[in-house]
Amino acid sequence: MQLEQLVSRFQKKDEKAFETLYQMYSESMLGVIYNIVRDHDVAQDVMQEVFIKAWHSADSYSPKKGRFFTWLINISRNAAIDKIRSKSFKNSNKNLNADYFVDIIQNHDSLDDKTDAIGIKAFVGKLAKKCVEVIELLYFKGYTQKEASETLEMPIGTIKTRNRNCINELRLMLDV
Amino acid sequence: MNIKEYIESGILELYVAGALSDKENEEIYALLLKHPELLDEVLKIESTIVTLTAAVSPTNTKHLFRAVKEKLGIQIDKETPVRPLHKPRPNWFSYVGWAALFVIGLGLLWLINQNNILKEQIQTVETDKELLEVSLEKYSNDLIESKQLISFLRDKDIIAVPLAGQTVSPDSYAKVYWDKKTNTVVLDVQGLPEPPKGKVYQVWSLTLNPLTPTSLGTIDTFSTDDNKLFTIENANASEAFGITLEPAGGSDSPTLEQLYTLGAVETS
Repeated sequence: MQLEQLVSRFQKKDEKAFETLYQMYSESMLGVIYNIVRDHDVAQDVMQEVFIKAWHSADSYSPKKGRFFTWLINISRNAAIDKIRSKSFKNSNKNLNADYFVDIIQNHDSLDDKTDAIGIKAFVGKLAKKCVEVIELLYFKGYTQKEASETLEMPIGTIKTRNRNCINELRLMLDV
Repeated sequence: MNIKEYIESGILELYVAGALSDKENEEIYALLLKHPELLDEVLKIESTIVTLTAAVSPTNTKHLFRAVKEKLGIQIDKETPVRPLHKPRPNWFSYVGWAALFVIGLGLLWLINQNNILKEQIQTVETDKELLEVSLEKYSNDLIESKQLISFLRDKDIIAVPLAGQTVSPDSYAKVYWDKKTNTVVLDVQGLPEPPKGKVYQVWSLTLNPLTPTSLGTIDTFSTDDNKLFTIENANASEAFGITLEPAGGSDSPTLEQLYTLGAVETS
């Protein structure tokens, strides 16, 4: 089924479509959330809350505003940031033994079958530091191109092309 | 526009990241609808980011969906029915309230019904009472009349005159009680048959020498009077009394062929 149709059915509270979208994106959301909160249990809770929120506010999504995946990843980032700013969040459990998403991938002791098969662990290690930084900010932290430009102290045009090149590298590795 | 250049600019990667403005997002959406190759590129970028971000996930998430479903109270796979977290509980307050209202309503209806029954009973009793009062008055009057009659009959000056049956009706009889002081005659016609339709009994006072009949009146209420006792004025020096059957309204002189009873006043 077309992704657009799937999303449309989800917006009409089709539970089957909801489950399909969950299976497609929940692991990505957990990855993004975990990269921010750095706590397994908290990350799982937040990810579940994100999908509950998505279900309740499905009406607020419009394809004109962007990709459904992008909408979902936005909710995830915001929920994760809200979580680490909340009083109930304890820093003590945080896994601070990683700076970027790549470090988390590298540190995984037991990767599940899926990621193992893709062999992404080996690939991401080859990503240049500048790629890791820009991907971290744009996809995992939700920076706008302007914010990324300021943080990395490079022009917006450079951010654009560098990011394009980094994603292309990943696509080569993943054969997408 | 040059599609290839547009793709190479890297704007689609930023589009997927959500790093563009609302305006840019809408522009790109319009382009995606127009150019399938742009959409294809977006799908590939998106797929890459999905894979990359998923790789960061510390655990598999399949099993976590169950909790999401439970929290949403939805049920997707029929084999493992999920009990909704917020199972709608019966609203006992509401049920009890309605039940109480229903019972009170029934009670009210019953009371209204009872009230109406009682009102009807009171009405019946009052009607009975009125009827009894009427009867009582009637009997009371009857008693007074009877007492008056008895005292009248017992008066020592009363003259009793038995009237015997005559040829036309030998079995008939009547009695006249005559109080000369009050010029009153009480006539007892119990022994007379019912007069035929259109006929009435007429009472006559007679003087014998010469034979002169004087009408004392007709008995118009013979049929309706239970006692068959009639009080008549009589100021005549009567020597005998007779009763004849006459046409309704009475006659000037007695029809002697229809003389039912006749009796002479005993001269002492």
